Amino acid sequence: MMKSFRGGVHPNDRKSYTANKPIETAPLPSKAIIPVRQHIGAPCSPIVAKGDLVKKGQLIATTDAFVSGNVHASISGKVIDVGEYPHPGFGTCLAIVIENDGKDEWAEGIPLKRDWQSLDADSINKIIREAGIVGMGGATFPTHVKMTVPKDKKAEAFILNAAECEPYLTADHRLMLEESARIVTGVKIAMKALGVTKGYVGIEDNKPDAIEVMKKAFEGTGVEVMGLPTKYPQGAEKMLIKVITGKEVPSGGLPMDVGVVVQNVGTAVAISDAVTQGIPLIQRVTTISGKAIKEPKNILVRVGTTFREAIDFCGGFASTPEKILSGGPMMGMAEPHIDLPIIKGVSGILALAEGEANTGKQSPCIRCGRCLNACPMGLNPSMFSLLGEKNLFEEAVEDFSLLDCVECGSCVYACPAKRNIVQYVKYSKAQNAAKKAAKK
Amino acid sequence: MAEVKLNKELFNVSVSPHIRSEESVSKIMWTVNLTLAPAALFGVYHFGLNALMIILLGIVSAVFFEWAVEIIRKKPITIKDGSAFLTGLLLAMCLPPTLPAWMAIVGSFIAIVVAKHAMGGIGSNIFNPAHIGRAALMVSWPVAMTTWSKMTTSVPDVVSSATPLNILKQQGYDALISTFGSASNMYQAMFLGNRSGSIGETCTVLLVLGGLFLIYKKYINWQVPVVMIGTVGILTWIFGPAGFLTGDPLFHMMAGGLIIGAFFMATDMVTIPMTIKGQIIFAFGAGVLTTLIRLKGGYPEGVCYAILLMNCLTPLIDRFCQPKKFGVRG
Repeated sequence: MMKSFRGGVHPNDRKSYTANKPIETAPLPSKAIIPVRQHIGAPCSPIVAKGDLVKKGQLIATTDAFVSGNVHASISGKVIDVGEYPHPGFGTCLAIVIENDGKDEWAEGIPLKRDWQSLDADSINKIIREAGIVGMGGATFPTHVKMTVPKDKKAEAFILNAAECEPYLTADHRLMLEESARIVTGVKIAMKALGVTKGYVGIEDNKPDAIEVMKKAFEGTGVEVMGLPTKYPQGAEKMLIKVITGKEVPSGGLPMDVGVVVQNVGTAVAISDAVTQGIPLIQRVTTISGKAIKEPKNILVRVGTTFREAIDFCGGFASTPEKILSGGPMMGMAEPHIDLPIIKGVSGILALAEGEANTGKQSPCIRCGRCLNACPMGLNPSMFSLLGEKNLFEEAVEDFSLLDCVECGSCVYACPAKRNIVQYVKYSKAQNAAKKAAKK
Repeated sequence: MAEVKLNKELFNVSVSPHIRSEESVSKIMWTVNLTLAPAALFGVYHFGLNALMIILLGIVSAVFFEWAVEIIRKKPITIKDGSAFLTGLLLAMCLPPTLPAWMAIVGSFIAIVVAKHAMGGIGSNIFNPAHIGRAALMVSWPVAMTTWSKMTTSVPDVVSSATPLNILKQQGYDALISTFGSASNMYQAMFLGNRSGSIGETCTVLLVLGGLFLIYKKYINWQVPVVMIGTVGILTWIFGPAGFLTGDPLFHMMAGGLIIGAFFMATDMVTIPMTIKGQIIFAFGAGVLTTLIRLKGGYPEGVCYAILLMNCLTPLIDRFCQPKKFGVRG
């Protein structure tokens, strides 16, 4: 039995809705709404204007900032607007709207054929940066930044994060079953770029079929495919590294501090597409699920397609949903409506029916200690809610290491008093940052 | 199939996570009530109608006071969550069966109004409310609180109305054995509950079964009762009446309110440390204090005060027993 990490919870994974559904290609949107910011970091500036004709894969927004991700046209057609549009993460965001001309034509030079084995690390990272690849597990951190090894550090191992520990989501699961060759190529490219020989694939053991397929696919590559105990948040970077390598990323540090780089399954596929074929990140596989969806599916969908179009492709609603989520139920974001574009980081769209989203009314903390036992970071979440309630942010940061919290939600899941601990954490972090900024 | 017409265009939003476990405060409280019920019912069977009156008045008045205070404090009414019910039940189970039943109402008042709500309500109280209620009655009506009844069941050898710990304190260990006839008779009586004592504390077997169920449900940590009862057992064995290692640990572990205290009071999550490490320290301290009061103090029994004293130390223990942080050495 593998050693597990401390804490964690066991929510019902509800993956059976879509685990056996092969990836279907969603129809192209009539118009694509493409935000210039689909990543953590600096927003891009549009380089096309209203009225321009663009082709699929063409660069339409970019920036010189290193921590950012290029944005490309996901369909061919005419730019009909550049303006503020609803965004699943930021409320609204500057977006480029392309009207579909129905031709779905590639921009010049795409796709191409490239022998990745002859490329060096710098050129691989350059291609990844140009292709606008970001972490597709949901965090959307620019991939080329993660792949760039700082001069004073040395990468020792690469880990493919195939845990997919969020309930409902099966996009990575299906990719592993259906696109194993591209995943293997993506992993090999990443390992070459990092200059590492040690590679691991971590898969939760609730996906035995994926473990089997991956083991076969990685045979002879030296990459070790590992079945991991199913426990949320197994897919959290720090927990994954701990379980696979036994190392703990130091508090306030990055995986690179222990010589490890972690990338998600979808990201590996995107790396493969970009490096071997020159295809930028313009589409992704995402899971449309939840009891309020008529026919839950895994779909391959272009960036800029709206939630509404994706849900319609899945037969529409079976009942009025109580909540619409982008991402999984543990860390995903509740959306007020469905006229939002699917962006690079949308790993799932969930429509939770009445009663499926079990929230409950918050009551006073009874100090039962369940949150302490559930916290994978070894923190005392109850104090975050108690201090947050009283606006004592500095105490939360200094005495209880608030900034170490990864907001995985395990504490809230476990809390019998239904305390909204993550809400207090986010609030306290923001207030603390504002206070710090004001002091400067 | 007809298209589902949405009856709203905007959906609920909240911060993640969007799913929760099925656990709730009221589920925990009612489960604890349920696990206490067999021992309470045994107390009624064992001691008679006045015991029933005390239990009923204790519960009803506790729930009433909770409701009344919440009305006055303009707080949501939480009488259905089972916590006031539990306080009333626990208080009654720790009272002598001959107590004038109306005194239970006074105890409930102190427990709910003073010990719980004056401290800020559920989750904010420092002391175990039921034990504060009992302690208040103890100082108010010391005679009534130490007068014990004969049992209504006819156990041939058991004639004394004093509690076993009382006999031990006043007449010594030999007198205690002869009261029961033999040592094995005594153990059996104490295991099954055929002894004098507070209404709900006597039946070791039913209390332990209830406690085991709470451990199985993960509502309490097994370390707490094991450490507290174990500490009392070891210490009373070491410091026996005839010198070192002459004590009777088995007797002490089943005597007085230790079993109910260790399983149901020293595990009251609100008033004990949050980490297992802290809880073990708490349980050890409570065990030491219980032994100290029993062997050296003026009272025959010390569980109630031991737990209350350790409640004072809970914030301090919590401060030094935080969990080990991920990514921090040492």
